[in-house]
Amino acid sequence: MTPLLNVKNLQTRFKSRQGYIYAVNDVSFHVLEGETLGVVGESGCGKSVTMLSLLKLLPPAARIEGGQAIFNGKNLLEMKTKQIRQVRGAQIGMIFQDPMSSLNPVVKIGVQMSEPLRAHLKMSKSQAWERSAQLLDMVGIPEAEARLHDYPHQLSGGMRQRVMIAMSLACKPKILIADEPTTALDVTIQAQIVDLVRDLRDELNTTIIWITHDLSLIAGFVDRVMVMYAGYIVEEAPVDDLYDDPRHPYTVGLFGALPEIGSTGQRRLTTIKGAPPNLESTPTCCPFVPRCGYATDKCHTTNPVLQPAPDAADPNHRLACWVDIRERRQA
Amino acid sequence: MSIVKGSNSPTDSTLIRVESLVKHFPVRIGAFAETKATVQALNGISFDIKKGETLGLVGESGCGKSTAGQTILQLHRPTSGRVYYQGTDLTQLKEKQLRPLRTKLQVIFQDPYSTLNPRMTIGTAISEPLQFHNLVPKNKRGERVAELLKIVGLNPAFATRYPHEFSGGQRQRICIARALACEPDFIVCDEPISALDVSIQAQIINLLQDLQEEFGLTYLFIAHDLAVVRHISHRVAVMYLGEMVEMAGKETLFEKPLHPYTQALLSAVPEPNPREERGRQRIVLTGDVPSPINPPSGCRFHPRCPLATETCFKMEPTWNEIEPGHWVACHEVTSPDVDVQSVLANRQHRIDYKEKLKAW
Repeated sequence: MTPLLNVKNLQTRFKSRQGYIYAVNDVSFHVLEGETLGVVGESGCGKSVTMLSLLKLLPPAARIEGGQAIFNGKNLLEMKTKQIRQVRGAQIGMIFQDPMSSLNPVVKIGVQMSEPLRAHLKMSKSQAWERSAQLLDMVGIPEAEARLHDYPHQLSGGMRQRVMIAMSLACKPKILIADEPTTALDVTIQAQIVDLVRDLRDELNTTIIWITHDLSLIAGFVDRVMVMYAGYIVEEAPVDDLYDDPRHPYTVGLFGALPEIGSTGQRRLTTIKGAPPNLESTPTCCPFVPRCGYATDKCHTTNPVLQPAPDAADPNHRLACWVDIRERRQA
Repeated sequence: MSIVKGSNSPTDSTLIRVESLVKHFPVRIGAFAETKATVQALNGISFDIKKGETLGLVGESGCGKSTAGQTILQLHRPTSGRVYYQGTDLTQLKEKQLRPLRTKLQVIFQDPYSTLNPRMTIGTAISEPLQFHNLVPKNKRGERVAELLKIVGLNPAFATRYPHEFSGGQRQRICIARALACEPDFIVCDEPISALDVSIQAQIINLLQDLQEEFGLTYLFIAHDLAVVRHISHRVAVMYLGEMVEMAGKETLFEKPLHPYTQALLSAVPEPNPREERGRQRIVLTGDVPSPINPPSGCRFHPRCPLATETCFKMEPTWNEIEPGHWVACHEVTSPDVDVQSVLANRQHRIDYKEKLKAW
């Protein structure tokens, strides 16, 4: 099966006063049609910048230094502004973290929702308005018709995120990129939104890339997980395999740091010592070395590349680490 | 003015006793601030905290959990109700009388970025309470600051640096050192880890647990992350829209929750286990948390409650101890044997997206 989106050696860096910030380094991944991919990492690990690079939505200080992203036989990174506009919203939709700041506060919901419909699907004003009402109804907003006349401040956080989801799905995109869509919401509302996206995916067969820092949240509905650290993909595997058999010391550390609601809490949390790196230079060693408990001499001199994990249950389990930590992980 | 002693004298092990604490904020709403209204942030909450214990306080944003912490510390003066610290009623004290007690009652806030003065070295920030309360003579303060930094796992040489030189986790350690400076008995931890990265959260949780053991501290741990609360607390209280809905020992609350809100809250928390998560049936609450300006009548949870009956709409439920140490405010749940799960399964009403989707 040919992947729907194939990203190869993507590199993005930011210009700063001190020099460069290497935000995305040599990132390669693909998504299949109908698949749900989870991208996990801490703040500043490059997960959002990777996705923004694909749609060329980067801030002015950032530049894509290399790589390609093949979608529908075309390289997204080489597209002119006019061409990429045909992709944004129409074929690749995006939901952002903060529903408070991604809606225009002085424009009615209905007008904002009609915009992509009129631009991409060439609908008339009244058609777009009617479709917007259907979309709001679809994402479970009561009295949808009346809500179209509301301004964003009249809706709660959960409702605004539903509006964002409805908007991003308006043109039936092939891929939906969800960038931490529930981080700003409460747990009960988070459960509503996750359920909604899951139902929509099953019904519309949309491909989803879900960015998060929460390993628990995505466990139940993604097919594959990609773990990022310092702008690199450090581990990638089908979801069951990753949770059963994490191989990268960072992934293992992330699991250890999670307090489990099902456990009695007597266990002391294992921590990852130190703090995330500042990305001001591309390391010649493994970027995780300063925080890694398993590091060997080789880790200090050579940056590992992503390759199939040894003896993994699933051949698609890929790993960027020199050390086989399986034996020591038990201890 | 006399210091009012506790009405039903608390046992020796009780450090903090809160009795029907109410806090209302007057606000003005409308485009031109023309309408007066009241935010009912706290509407009569009562509980005890024992010495050396951690009481977890959970709830969604806007449910009044931070207001509860700040009102207990008298950072907000309560509208009514009492707060006893070792038998002394804090609500009756004037600011001057309260000041010596403030050394014993400390707080750690959520955002370590905005709670440190950017133009003050962290050494000065930590020694400020020592100076203000005149606890340590001037020539000994440097030593004490170094000691405090060591306690929270930072290099004592950092005392001359400024907050911007530190990461979020380190700043939170500095805030903890500042709270410890006066040798407090009681610390309100107001979402101390929610602004931090996952790998750093675990470091701070472990530090707080170590400090509790070493100094016999008592915590009121406010958080919205239930997994963290389960990890750190001895007892847990659940709040909804300014009221307490359930309180019990940690094991009881997480293994046998009785209030329908607690059940929904627990069922909404995802677990890092793909196989279990895929098969899991959630109780998904419909709708949003109502506004505390105009809360629903009767039981405040009734518009979202799958168990709600006519009584819930009319009458406020009472705060009952339905088994030793297990408190619940609900009309439907009156004994520990009520099988809420099965009742919920039968009455579950959910928006049916699927049909609408098919039509689309």
